[in-house]
Amino acid sequence: MKIGVPREVWPGECRVAASPANVKRLGKLGFSVLVESGAGTAASFEDESYRQAGAEVMAGTAALWEQSDIVIKVRAPMKNPETGIDEVDLLREGGTLISFIWPGQEEELVEKLAARKATVLAMDCVPRISRAQKLDALSSMANIAGYRAVLEAAHHFGSFFTGQMTAAGKVPPAKVLVVGAGVAGLAAIGAAKGLGAIVRAFDTRPAVEEQVQSMGAEFLTVKIEEDGTGSGGYAKQMSQAFIDAEHALFEELAQDIDIIITTALIPGRPAPLLITEQAVKNMKPGSVIVDLAAERGGNTAGAVADEVVESHGVKIIGYTDLPSRMAKVSSNLYGNNICHLLDDMGGAENYKVDEADEVVRGTLVLNGGEMKWPAPVKKLAEETKVADSTTQEVAVDVVPAEKKDRGPFALLLIGLALIAVGWSGDTGFLHQVTVFVLSCFIGYQVIWNVSASLHTPLMSVTNAISGIIIVGGMLQLGGPLDSPATILGVIAVFFATINITGGFLVTQRMLKMFQG
Amino acid sequence: MIPYGAIISSYLVAAVLFILSLGGLSTQKTARRGNLYGIIGMALAVAATTILILGKVLFPEGEAEKFSGILLDDPTTATVFAVAIGIGALIGSILAARVAMTSMPELVAILHSFVGLAAVLVGISTYYRPGVEVPEGGELVHNIEIYLAVFIGAITFTGSVLAFLKLRGSVSGKPLTLPGRHLLNLLMVGGCVYLAFPFVSAEGHSAVEPLLWMTLTACFIGFHMVAAIGGADMPVVVSMLNSYSGWAAAAAGFMLKNDLLIVTGALVGSSGAILSYIMCRAMNRSFISVILGGFGTDGGGGGGSTPSQDQGEVTSFDVEETVEAMRDATDIIIIPGYGMAVAQAQHSLSQVVDFLKDKGKTVRFGIHPVAGRLPGHMNVLLAEANVDYNLVLEMDEINDDFPATDLVLVIGANDIVNPDALEDPNSPIAGMPVLEVWKSELVVVMKRSMGTGYAGVQNPLFFKDNTRMLFGDAKVVVDQLLTGLRSP
Repeated sequence: MKIGVPREVWPGECRVAASPANVKRLGKLGFSVLVESGAGTAASFEDESYRQAGAEVMAGTAALWEQSDIVIKVRAPMKNPETGIDEVDLLREGGTLISFIWPGQEEELVEKLAARKATVLAMDCVPRISRAQKLDALSSMANIAGYRAVLEAAHHFGSFFTGQMTAAGKVPPAKVLVVGAGVAGLAAIGAAKGLGAIVRAFDTRPAVEEQVQSMGAEFLTVKIEEDGTGSGGYAKQMSQAFIDAEHALFEELAQDIDIIITTALIPGRPAPLLITEQAVKNMKPGSVIVDLAAERGGNTAGAVADEVVESHGVKIIGYTDLPSRMAKVSSNLYGNNICHLLDDMGGAENYKVDEADEVVRGTLVLNGGEMKWPAPVKKLAEETKVADSTTQEVAVDVVPAEKKDRGPFALLLIGLALIAVGWSGDTGFLHQVTVFVLSCFIGYQVIWNVSASLHTPLMSVTNAISGIIIVGGMLQLGGPLDSPATILGVIAVFFATINITGGFLVTQRMLKMFQG
Repeated sequence: MIPYGAIISSYLVAAVLFILSLGGLSTQKTARRGNLYGIIGMALAVAATTILILGKVLFPEGEAEKFSGILLDDPTTATVFAVAIGIGALIGSILAARVAMTSMPELVAILHSFVGLAAVLVGISTYYRPGVEVPEGGELVHNIEIYLAVFIGAITFTGSVLAFLKLRGSVSGKPLTLPGRHLLNLLMVGGCVYLAFPFVSAEGHSAVEPLLWMTLTACFIGFHMVAAIGGADMPVVVSMLNSYSGWAAAAAGFMLKNDLLIVTGALVGSSGAILSYIMCRAMNRSFISVILGGFGTDGGGGGGSTPSQDQGEVTSFDVEETVEAMRDATDIIIIPGYGMAVAQAQHSLSQVVDFLKDKGKTVRFGIHPVAGRLPGHMNVLLAEANVDYNLVLEMDEINDDFPATDLVLVIGANDIVNPDALEDPNSPIAGMPVLEVWKSELVVVMKRSMGTGYAGVQNPLFFKDNTRMLFGDAKVVVDQLLTGLRSP
């Protein structure tokens, strides 16, 4: 089966659907890969690297689309602004396409693809279940966006993120507020902490508090009892009272915060407005806001998609192409998501669009032109848990039951028992008991000091010295040789000797091996 | 003629040397000297006893008759004695020189059985004719001592033989859970107690029959007891039998009025008891529950694959990706399990470790107390592969370091790195201390397949985000890793 990787035509898109490393993987899955010449250049992948990874590099766009059984892309097919050719028309009749589609917003595109009887899998529709995390392109891209958001903020910010005490004076650490603790938010928290800032994070879903805290940030929430957890781990739209409380909270925090990074999105709806104009006014001049929801209207009053605007002395960054700005890593990770999807679908050998497979079914938009999206909703018990890649670990400490301190009691019993034994026994016997008890105590003290790494030599050496039973055998050698007692004694001596020599020699051998 | 006092002092010196011998095992540096002390002590004890039985000892007034029974009557006995020692020494040396370190558990088990057997033989022999004279009125106690020595010795003997067979794989590791096995044990012990009465009260040495019946029953108890314990609990069983062999020797010491036997027996007995305790604590199970058996399924490389309850999917790595991860990591910890030993991968692994260390990485090993079939077994196997013992750390020493570790390699180990032991109170292994490898950056688990370990439970570690499975035979895979690391 042939996979085609065309060059992206979206203006400014630097990503490509497969890096050379991904091409190697696809090769291992049994696919042959065609790459359009120059497809990876914007992501720092030269044609030669693709060739070395086993791909065939082609010059003609149309030929590439035509020869591919499966076309993988980043951006949905569109009309090429330079040539005027619509990419949908390049797709083979009945061919397969895997890319970001956004079927909910791009109905016309879906209809066009249906007309070509295409089979289409949308990387933005991967179900949010644990098994599918390695395919989830939204998560992998959001992770990169969150990280990059921090770097863009730092780039536009006039001071350090980390605090410093220098001879010339003190530099306070930057205070960062991350709104929305999903994949992008958590990545932003991590990057900001890494740069040394003081980080607080806000979210409407109580389940993320632990995740936020585990990354070293302070968790903030609004004091109204309302759980913001919607379905699929996303947030849902909150009541007006809650929204007003959010506005108030942010307006208050704004006075003290240097950097705000907002990531709040609700599926299928415009982004909620969280940072009001008043909040922007309250911020100190020179502060920076990075609005990751600018494409869907923005969380910040005054945010403009794809631009940096200044409002009341505050820079508002509305870039919508953050993953594209890190094209090398995002192409690779996106490509990995696709490789995992193709692997799940059976690789080249057993390729199958299996509608019974939950993950494939959810991702499927069209199958041979037949509309398959949206997939019937399956109520998962675990819906609330798996929004993002950080797993929630509930460490239930199974503490072994407190051992009651029976020490003194046991000693008392032993003491009484010994006295009882002594009451009736003869002194010879008692002498032996004395020796025995004392030896046990010595043994106890000495053995605890043995290093755990030497426990095996310990066992072999104790084997050797328990060969002291040879003395018992020897003491029974008196009397005629053919008497049962003597014969048994000789046999006992024989076995005991094996223990002695075997035990000491094997211990010697083992101890010689320990080198420091 | 040597005064009797010298013989007694010699025994004292031997006992002290034995104590120093065990004490020397506190560090690797002093351990070899410790072994030497043990050898000297044993030589001294045997020499003193030889002088005693050859009649070269001058006894104080009136003491001589007490020891007349031990003197060698027959000159040929001395020759037979020498031959017995000679052959025994030869066999012992051959065993010691030839045994593979991976077979240490079997060797230890079979040696225990010899001590048990010797105790039984000495006990029955003493009954027939006590070498050292029994004081007036002391027959009752003497007979009880004989009975006990034979009882413990017999259990140790058959128990150890079965342990040997199980460890070798000649007998299945599955526990033999007969219905009513507790009742059976109780009946057998009760039977032994019952037989004690006619034995102990009989005149002279006429009651050989009850003694022999008891011996047979005790042999069966030993066999049954070990049969009921699963292969996974072998470390505890072997430690326990180690302990019993000590008590058997001590009981023989009471019987023969020999202090050296008592001291040594007590030392060995406490040693085994402490090791058993450590093993049980490391598995978070009580000693009684282990002994009464039934837990721990098939020994040998992982039982059949239990269908994994929907825990998600594992992500797998191939050799190349693992090599890359090893190249990127700065801090690496390796967790070996018995699977590594079975595959004989430790030598190749040692070379991998050397390579990584040359590249400036920190490489250490984490050993769980019950890894392997014998306490300390992993350490010996790694030492055999020339791994510096300073790199080999116990679980308690290394468990806090995982959050700061880049890469953990788990080789042939399963239950000892299972997070369910800490997180799932209903798991069969709940409460068992484990190596918390999932706290590190990346875990690569080398396994032959997705089959379960001895506890028969699935391991959620395999399904974690930061875990990758590397399937294949441990030795083959490690060799491939070595090749991969060495190539540019």
